[in-house]
Amino acid sequence: MFANCSRTLKKNSNLLNILQRLESTLVIAEHNNETLLPITQNALSAAKKIGGDITVLVAGTKCKPVSELLSKAKDVNRVLVAESDAFKGFLPEAVAPLIIATQKQHNFTHIIAGATAFGKALLPRVAANLDVSPVSEIIDIKSADTFVRTIYAGNAIQTVKSKDSIKIVSVRGTSFEAAPLEGGSAKVEEAPAGDYNTDKAVFVGQELTKSDRPELTAAKVVVSGGRGMKSADNFKILFNLADKLNAAVGASRAAVDAGYCANDMQVGQTGKIVAPDLYIAIGISGAIQHLAGMKDSKTIVAINKDPDAPIFQVSDYGLVQDLFKAVPELTDKV
Amino acid sequence: MARVLVGVKRVIDYAVKIRVKPDKTGVVTEGVKHSMNPFDEIAIEEAVRMKEKKTAQEVIAVSCGPAQAQETLRTALAMGADRGIHVEISAKEYETLQPIHVSKILAKLAQDEKADLVLVGKQAIDDDCNQTAQMIGGVLNWPTATFASKIEHGQGELTVTREVDGGLETIKVKTPAVLSADLRLNEPRYATLPNIMKAKKKPVKKVTAADLGVDISPRIEVVSVEDPPVRQAGSIIPDVDTLVGKLKEGGHI
Repeated sequence: MFANCSRTLKKNSNLLNILQRLESTLVIAEHNNETLLPITQNALSAAKKIGGDITVLVAGTKCKPVSELLSKAKDVNRVLVAESDAFKGFLPEAVAPLIIATQKQHNFTHIIAGATAFGKALLPRVAANLDVSPVSEIIDIKSADTFVRTIYAGNAIQTVKSKDSIKIVSVRGTSFEAAPLEGGSAKVEEAPAGDYNTDKAVFVGQELTKSDRPELTAAKVVVSGGRGMKSADNFKILFNLADKLNAAVGASRAAVDAGYCANDMQVGQTGKIVAPDLYIAIGISGAIQHLAGMKDSKTIVAINKDPDAPIFQVSDYGLVQDLFKAVPELTDKV
Repeated sequence: MARVLVGVKRVIDYAVKIRVKPDKTGVVTEGVKHSMNPFDEIAIEEAVRMKEKKTAQEVIAVSCGPAQAQETLRTALAMGADRGIHVEISAKEYETLQPIHVSKILAKLAQDEKADLVLVGKQAIDDDCNQTAQMIGGVLNWPTATFASKIEHGQGELTVTREVDGGLETIKVKTPAVLSADLRLNEPRYATLPNIMKAKKKPVKKVTAADLGVDISPRIEVVSVEDPPVRQAGSIIPDVDTLVGKLKEGGHI
C-alpha cells in the first residue's frame, strides 16, 4: 500500500513539492569569525536538494560579516545568529548545546554541515544528544531520508536510508556545487539564548599553515607530491609548478610522514578529499588510501618513474619519467 | 592515575582490495584477511605508553562483534592492554551495528569500569564514519578531543593537539574525557611473540549488548552497496611536450 502511495507521489510532482515543503533543514555555517568557509555553500546546495525550508545557524565570537553574507544567499529562509565568547574555538562542547536548543525550538527534519574537521567533530555529538544515528560525508541525496556515501576508502558506494525522525548529515564538499551567496533576503534572527559556556574544554590556540595558494579542497588544480620527492627541499619544484598553474599543493601520507610537508596537505581517506579539474600526482605510487582522496578529479596526470605504479591505472595521462627532470621541464613549458 | 578504556574494531585489512557482493548487500568479508583498524592500533599504543609513563594505571581493551572480535582483543592485549572486554554481537546483528550502538556500549562500559579516559581511533577504515568518539562524548557529556596528534597529561586535564583542516589546534579538556587518535599520534609497536603468548593468559570478559542495556536495533537501513564508477583507462604519453599539448587541449592551461 505504501509502495503504491509513493509511486503515485512520484508521478505527481505537485504532491511531492507539498511533501518537500514539510522538510526543514538547519545548516551549520562554518566560518572563522571573519569569512565564511566555502564548504558551507556546498552544504547549502545539499540542503536545497532535500527541499523545504532552509535555516542557517551562525555561531561564533563574531558573526556579523558572515550572517550578513548568508542572509543574501538565495533560498535561505532564515539566518540564526549566536554571538558569544562561549563559541571561541568553535568547541563542540559549546556549539552542540546551542544546536540542541535551536532544534527544540524549530523542530528541523534535517541538520547538516560540511564534512570538515569542524563538521566531523560536531555533528556526531549533536546526534548522540538527540539519540539519532548520523550519516557521514554523503556524496548524493536520493530523497529526504536516503543518502549515498562511500565506504572502504571510496571502493564501494553505499546507499542508506535513515529511519530516525531527524536526519543528521555531513556533506562532502566536492560532491555538491557551491550555492551562490546572492539573490536572497533571509531574516536574521537571534538563535535561542542560553548559557553555552563550558569549562570542560578550553580552546588554547591554533597553528595554521600560511599559504598564498588556493585552498586545497576548493582548488581547480592540485599538484601533489609523494615519497618520490625524496626531501622537503625538493617540494620547491612542486611549489614552482603549482604557482605557474595557480594550483594548491597536496601530498601523500608517505610525504607527510617523512616530514616533507605539513599534515594538513595530506590527500586521501584520512586526509582531505579533493576533486579538482586537474590533479597532477608526482612521485606518488597510488595506494588505495591516496586514491580515496582524489579519484573523482576530472583529469588525473601521473608522473612517476615506475611504470607499474598503481597510479597509472587511474590516470588519464601518465608520464613515465624521472620527476626531477619532468617537473622542471613542465614548469618551463606551461 | 587513570584507567583507560580503548575501543578496537576488527576490519578488513587496509591492504586488501575489497569486492562488492554480487547481490549488492555489502562487501565480501568471508575468507578475507582482517586485522585491527589502524587507528585503533594507534589508540592502544597511546594507552600503553600512558601506562609505561605511569599516567595510566590500567588499560582495558573493548571490542564489539562476533567471536572473531576476540582475535583483535588478543592483539590489543599483546600490545600491552591489561584485560579485554568482548561485547558479543551476533554476525547478523553486527551487519547493522552502527557507531550510535557502539558509542552507547562504550559509554556504559566507561561508567561501569570507572574509566577516566576513553580512547578510540578517529575512524574505522571500513565504514569510514568518524563518529564513535564524538558520540561517546555526547552520551556521557564528557569533553571530546578528536583527531589527536599529541596528548599531554596535566592535573585533572589533558592538553591535546588536534589535526584540523588548516593546520593544528590545541585544546585543554578536563578528565574524564574522550579522545580519538589521528595517524600522527604515534607509531604503534609490533606485538612480539613472547607478548602474544602472555596475552593468551590475560582475562577477557564476555558481555552482551543486552547485559549493558543497549538496544542495538538498526537505525539505518543499507539499501545497496555498489562498485564505484570505473575510470576510463588513460594513456601513457612519451614526453613533457605531449603532456603540455594534452593539458592545452583539455583547457587546463
